[in-house]
Amino acid sequence: MELLYAITLGILTTCGVYLLLRARTFTVILGLTLLSHAVNLYLFASGRLATGAPAIIGLTEHPADPLPQALVLTAIVIGFAMTAFVVVLALKAAVELRNDHVDGEDPDEDRS
Amino acid sequence: MSHALILPILLPLLTGAGLLLLYRTPTGLQRLVGIASTAGLTLLGLWGLHAAGTGDHHLYHVGDWPAPFGIVLILDRLAAIMLTLTAVLGLCCLLYASRGIDRGGAHFHALFQFQLAGLNGAFLTGDLFNLFVFFEILLIASYALLLHGGGRARSRAGLHYVIINLVGSALFLIALGTLYGLTGTLNMADLALRVAAAPSADAPLLSAASMVLLVVFGIKAAILPLLFWLPRAYSASSAPVAALFAIMTKVGVYAILRVFLLVFGLGENPVNATAWEWLWPLALLTLALGGIGVLGSDSLRTLTAYLVILSVGTLLATISFVTPATLGAALLYLIHSTSMAAVFFLLADLLGQQRERGYDRFSVVAPMGHRWLLGSVFFVAAIAMVGLPPFSGFVSKVWILQATTFQPRGLWLWGVLLAAALLTLIAVSRTGSSWFWRPGSLAEPRTLDRGCLALVCLMVALNGALAAMGEPVMRYLELTAEQLLTPHAYIAAMLPEGIHLDREVAP
Repeated sequence: MELLYAITLGILTTCGVYLLLRARTFTVILGLTLLSHAVNLYLFASGRLATGAPAIIGLTEHPADPLPQALVLTAIVIGFAMTAFVVVLALKAAVELRNDHVDGEDPDEDRS
Repeated sequence: MSHALILPILLPLLTGAGLLLLYRTPTGLQRLVGIASTAGLTLLGLWGLHAAGTGDHHLYHVGDWPAPFGIVLILDRLAAIMLTLTAVLGLCCLLYASRGIDRGGAHFHALFQFQLAGLNGAFLTGDLFNLFVFFEILLIASYALLLHGGGRARSRAGLHYVIINLVGSALFLIALGTLYGLTGTLNMADLALRVAAAPSADAPLLSAASMVLLVVFGIKAAILPLLFWLPRAYSASSAPVAALFAIMTKVGVYAILRVFLLVFGLGENPVNATAWEWLWPLALLTLALGGIGVLGSDSLRTLTAYLVILSVGTLLATISFVTPATLGAALLYLIHSTSMAAVFFLLADLLGQQRERGYDRFSVVAPMGHRWLLGSVFFVAAIAMVGLPPFSGFVSKVWILQATTFQPRGLWLWGVLLAAALLTLIAVSRTGSSWFWRPGSLAEPRTLDRGCLALVCLMVALNGALAAMGEPVMRYLELTAEQLLTPHAYIAAMLPEGIHLDREVAP
């Protein structure tokens, strides 16, 4: 399970970083979303992976660590709000600057 | 247990929430509520300075959960200084904004209070994840404040600012996940003990986590490879917002001080040694770049943004010596540079409004109204900024130079710091001579906002007063530096006796 988890995280992070380095705001936001998914999963794994172990003492012999779950919940809420904000900001910038380039200007504009 | 310790967070948070409900009421009422809350924060800050002055650590257990299981707010001298600085700066910026700039967009006053709540929380918290949460609060408020007033330049700068900070947040969480996975705690004092006692097999991972944190705080503080968002963001935002943002880079510096002196500072081979090694050359390069940027700026706001970079470089280069004297000197310079950067952002707006064309751009030659009055104010402010006597910039720079004289790397700092100061002097005097020494009459006379001018004069006077009261201030800062360099006192205050001794390390 650890191997599968690690590969998933690796793929998510790779795709996230690749998209983050693109030149248009939409792909950059997609990249941020993938990266934040990877980070949330990573945080979750910091409490060690266990199956069939609820985070309540007494139900099983080795209960799962509840703290990373709480941390992930906080991180998801914050990440969700931030993504919503950056989407609106990107739309605003795209309308005002008349293009969706991250620098606000299309480098190929003059050539065409 | 006194509940006063949570008030610096609760007061602006509740005021901000209340202001959201009051948004249909006249602007006058909103201003009054905002200013009253910020004035209350100033009083709380002064109380904090007094309470922390005894040398004790004051604790507040949120929800009465004992450390290290619950979140603990902790007030020491450094936190008290930062709280007071934020409150005084916030009050000045809010008064300036209340002269009309706050009408440029919706919810200015509510956002301003949320920003202060985030800043105060970041200074008070003793929990690393809680620090992340307060960083996000202050960041999301700052995103909206940066866009206040609208316009293409702000959207463009805002996009860069938001995206780089979101990447920073992702990195922060990665570092926190690694630390929690290795040690099983996020309380700073507990973390310090466990990092020091960690098996040597964990050392590379701990070191990696600490460096990721350095990158995160480096983005906030604007250290060299991570600072290119700053000039555009700061010069695009409205004057009082940019002035408030002068404290934002210092939050990064505060976090570096707190985390690297406490959490990674214990043990026989402290993890923070790598961080100091990296910080020293990067900070020196930041300082040099700041000096060059100041000379090459095309407007007064960009010049001030580079002054912020210059001050961060100076601060971190001084801090990376890690001696009581350099830390004390750096803290005085922190107070001085924050206040003067704010003064210059406000001054750029004040002068720009009086120019016939071009606002604050250097390339435009335009006559200016109230030349004598504004010229004199600019002259005095420039003297204070560059660090000439009798202002606190001079005291702090002399202290920095004195503290680093006999250090092996001290000469490097002397050379770069003095060269950067010379470049600043040239840039500022060039601005003054091209703006004020060119007689010309305005086509139509402009009214000068005396309230704003008085506010800027007051801020410069406060800077002078800091130098006049040099001895008690420096004594306080020396004690602060000593407190920072004895993390054991912090840990002993945070964790009750015995708890941390008998627990095994790492799950």
